Amino acid sequence: MGSRSSHAARIPDVDSIRRETGFSQASLLRLYHRFQALDRNEKGYLSRMDLQQIGALAVNPLGDRIIESFFPDGSMRVDFPGFVRVLAHFRPVDDEDEGNRDPKEPEPLNSRMNKLRFAFQLYDLDRDGKISRLEMLQVLRLMVGVQVTEEQLESIADRTVQEADEDGDGAVSFLEFAKSLEKMNIEQKMSIRILK
Amino acid sequence: MSGCRAPRPAWGLLLALLALGELPQAQGTEEVPGDAHGDVQGFQVVTFRWHHVQDPYIIALWILVASLAKIGFHLSHKVTSVVPESALLIVLGLVLGGIVWAADHIASFTLTPTLFFFYLLPPIVLDAGYFMPNRLFFGNLGTILLYAVIGTVWNAAATGLSLYGVFLSGLMGDLDIGLLDFLLFGSLIAAVDPVAVLAVFEEVHVNEVLFIIVFGESLLNDAVTVVLYNVFESFVTLGGDKVTGVDCVKGLVSFFVVSLGGTLVGVVFAFLLSLVTRFTKHVRTIEPGFVFVLSYLSYLTSEMLSLSAILAITFCGICCQKYVKANISEQSATTVRYTMKMLASGAETIIFMFLGISAVDPLIWKWNTAFVLLTLVFISVYRVIGVVLQTWILNRYRMVQLEIIDQVVMSYGGLRGAVAFALVVLLDENKVKEKNLFVSTTLIVIFFTVIVQGLTIKPLVQWLKVKRSEQREPKLNEKLHGRAFDHILSAIEDISGQIGHNYLRDKWSNFDRKFLSKILMRRSAQKSRDRILNVFHELNLKDAISYVAEGERRGSLAFIRSPSTDNMVNVDFSTPRPSTVEASISYLLRENVSAVRLDMQSLEQRRQSIRDTEDMVTHHTLQQYLYKPRQEYKHLYSRHELTADEHEKQDKEVFHRTMRKRLESFKSAKLGLHPHKKGAKLYKRERAQKRRNSSIPNGKLPMGSSLQDFTIKERDLELLDPEEAASYDAEDMSGGIEFLANITQDTATDSPSGIDNPVFSPDEDPSILSRAPPWLSPGEAVVPSQRARVQIPHSPGNFHRLAPFRLSCKSVDSFVLADGSEEQPRAAPAESTHM
Repeated sequence: MGSRSSHAARIPDVDSIRRETGFSQASLLRLYHRFQALDRNEKGYLSRMDLQQIGALAVNPLGDRIIESFFPDGSMRVDFPGFVRVLAHFRPVDDEDEGNRDPKEPEPLNSRMNKLRFAFQLYDLDRDGKISRLEMLQVLRLMVGVQVTEEQLESIADRTVQEADEDGDGAVSFLEFAKSLEKMNIEQKMSIRILK
Repeated sequence: MSGCRAPRPAWGLLLALLALGELPQAQGTEEVPGDAHGDVQGFQVVTFRWHHVQDPYIIALWILVASLAKIGFHLSHKVTSVVPESALLIVLGLVLGGIVWAADHIASFTLTPTLFFFYLLPPIVLDAGYFMPNRLFFGNLGTILLYAVIGTVWNAAATGLSLYGVFLSGLMGDLDIGLLDFLLFGSLIAAVDPVAVLAVFEEVHVNEVLFIIVFGESLLNDAVTVVLYNVFESFVTLGGDKVTGVDCVKGLVSFFVVSLGGTLVGVVFAFLLSLVTRFTKHVRTIEPGFVFVLSYLSYLTSEMLSLSAILAITFCGICCQKYVKANISEQSATTVRYTMKMLASGAETIIFMFLGISAVDPLIWKWNTAFVLLTLVFISVYRVIGVVLQTWILNRYRMVQLEIIDQVVMSYGGLRGAVAFALVVLLDENKVKEKNLFVSTTLIVIFFTVIVQGLTIKPLVQWLKVKRSEQREPKLNEKLHGRAFDHILSAIEDISGQIGHNYLRDKWSNFDRKFLSKILMRRSAQKSRDRILNVFHELNLKDAISYVAEGERRGSLAFIRSPSTDNMVNVDFSTPRPSTVEASISYLLRENVSAVRLDMQSLEQRRQSIRDTEDMVTHHTLQQYLYKPRQEYKHLYSRHELTADEHEKQDKEVFHRTMRKRLESFKSAKLGLHPHKKGAKLYKRERAQKRRNSSIPNGKLPMGSSLQDFTIKERDLELLDPEEAASYDAEDMSGGIEFLANITQDTATDSPSGIDNPVFSPDEDPSILSRAPPWLSPGEAVVPSQRARVQIPHSPGNFHRLAPFRLSCKSVDSFVLADGSEEQPRAAPAESTHM
């Protein structure tokens, strides 16, 4: 695996990455090491296979979908900035961010809406901005045990869509999705403490 | 005591047994002739030889009593959920001790240091080491060490000095006691006890990091305790004025020698143990014995060398677990697991009971209110101060911050236990004049921490966590997405590498793979050592079996689904349907029954409309069958419970699906290359897969035949080859088209995770595939599969990654190689896997 300096300076574009993601220097360095460790043959980018090697993901029902989310628009590789950008969604929301934020700048990646959007696009496979009944069903099928029959699944999917669907188009738009979860503490639930 | 009321039925039995144990002993040999049918002279047909069996008999009886008591406690769930078992056992011990003392007037059974250190403690510590969640433990090793070393020294010094200060003020009255005695006492009372901590923490559910920190600390502080204890004891022996600076330096050096030496002994024995189990293939029955004997020897060896025995056996367990588990047969592994749990759990029970019994002895009691109370105050206060200060330092370096609530639990969870008691009993009365005062105070401290703190820690944790705002039924969306978020989070954690130390861990696992495993593991175990690979092996076997009977299976599944029950929830559950397919139907029925029961309860609270009933069923189904996120099901160390099978089942299910999808999506990527030949290719694929699946059992069952398996694999690859597949074009277009319809639209909607091929996933309903999503016209159908092709790298290596899962012997390295040679002909990576 070669020698690794422990200097953040080795990360290309470290400053712009920091600005975009809000990660601390130490976290970036750690993630960079992680990135290198995942990059099995020092290609400088990660392929799907690199991520699929992570054993725990194979037993995560949504593991493959999350892997996909690292490869937007069918690209084959993800470089370090792209890698960190995805992870930045899970940075905890801290108060300083809110206070110091320049209103002109785009919302930080770890805002509530962006966290939700990340989740939403895991459901919305065809990228039409809506979770259709079928898409809901597919996620459900991933997430429940084999004991549940297809009929039950379909019924659950129907209900779930109906419950969130306000305009009656039989699909859940992003706004409806966000609305159905408005009581949930997304900021806390979709944050990882170690990603500072 | 509420605990005593519950097991009323057991009590009569207990007392009877006790009487049996006690009376003969009290009255000695006079009873012997009584039982011998009066034939005193000459040959006795039956003799009553109590003394012959006395010692083992009494031991066996005590164990029996303790075990029965345990049954008794758990008869009442209410009691055990409030009062920790350790507290109940101490109280039971007090009661039994009282009875024995009343009958005997001598305290014949006490927890002697020999009994404790040689027989009761090792199984507990070994169990802790053998089942230690290694990853978590080493991930937090720095924190654990800080608390264990600095924290313990701080506690010992601060407590000892403060007590001495108060003594000088005259508050304690007239005691024959010096500074060194106080420090000695401080050192033995300072250490948090592994037995007590585990007993209580197991019932309080705290997060895994907190658990491992407190647990690890309690195990590792032993070295500090032993050293401090020995140093101060020798200082006391020497006499205060003769202690020189050299002695202090020696003390410091001895700390490193004792701790590192103990660890080294443990590691050496772990190495031996792993090596031995590598060659036990033909003596399966004694396999488990090696685990216990060698670990015990590590304990005794380091005790002999006056090193830290607890560290030795802990690290023996920690280091050997991986190799031993891989080497010994599954039955032996089960035996080891159960035996270890039984021994540890039994030892713990006996320890607490004997602690209670030992307290019933008027000879040891010497009361000094100020000393006792101040000790209690000091150990609590200094524990809090120590934890807060150290956490403050640690939080500047730690990835996972320890929050206020964690600190409270850590401070409050500083329980003292039998180690302190055994150490204090070991003191020499001639040197330490106030030994009895120390003993009584230690007992009070133990009882206080175990009973009072043990009782209150659970409510405290709950109270601190009571942030739950309103109590409302979560909506379906919230439930489903909430769970999805959990999964997402744990996946991101896995990707981002959770807790630091990854670099070191990578290095270590490299070293382990290249050298250690080669020496310490059986060949066969090396191949299948990866748990995931294991699962995949099993799945493949299962697959192969199930695909043989595929036709029937599909028929029966179709039977269940087709006549149905358009909506499960509307079925009349009360009349059991005549079922021809027993298993499957009973499945449905069982679910229905549970759902109905749930409805009945809910009817009281909810409006009695069909809608609500259906809602309940839906909620219930979701609640019950949603996969649990990793954090929830992953068990930590538990002394009393063995792994729940549930999560393994879940892992298998999910893994099965994931792998199937990855394989499918890879194949679909290959197919996408030549869309016009799709039908034929699909046909091909089907055939290839069937062949592959049926070939697996042959290829896999004999250990050495991975090569053969591989050649089959290779041929499958060739079959998938577009060129060759072309010859099938004409043959099977009709069969292919129907297939095509299903596949394409599924690729469209689910391309990232691959295709749900109905043929190969008989558990999933094909009907959903045939329902075309509205936005998909047939014309578009091809496009998504091209996308799928783009997404999945087309390289032989990719396939190798999936395929050699079951035949790889040298793990991922071969994939790396295979992946590197992307453009090479297929044969090259093929050989690389066999290096």
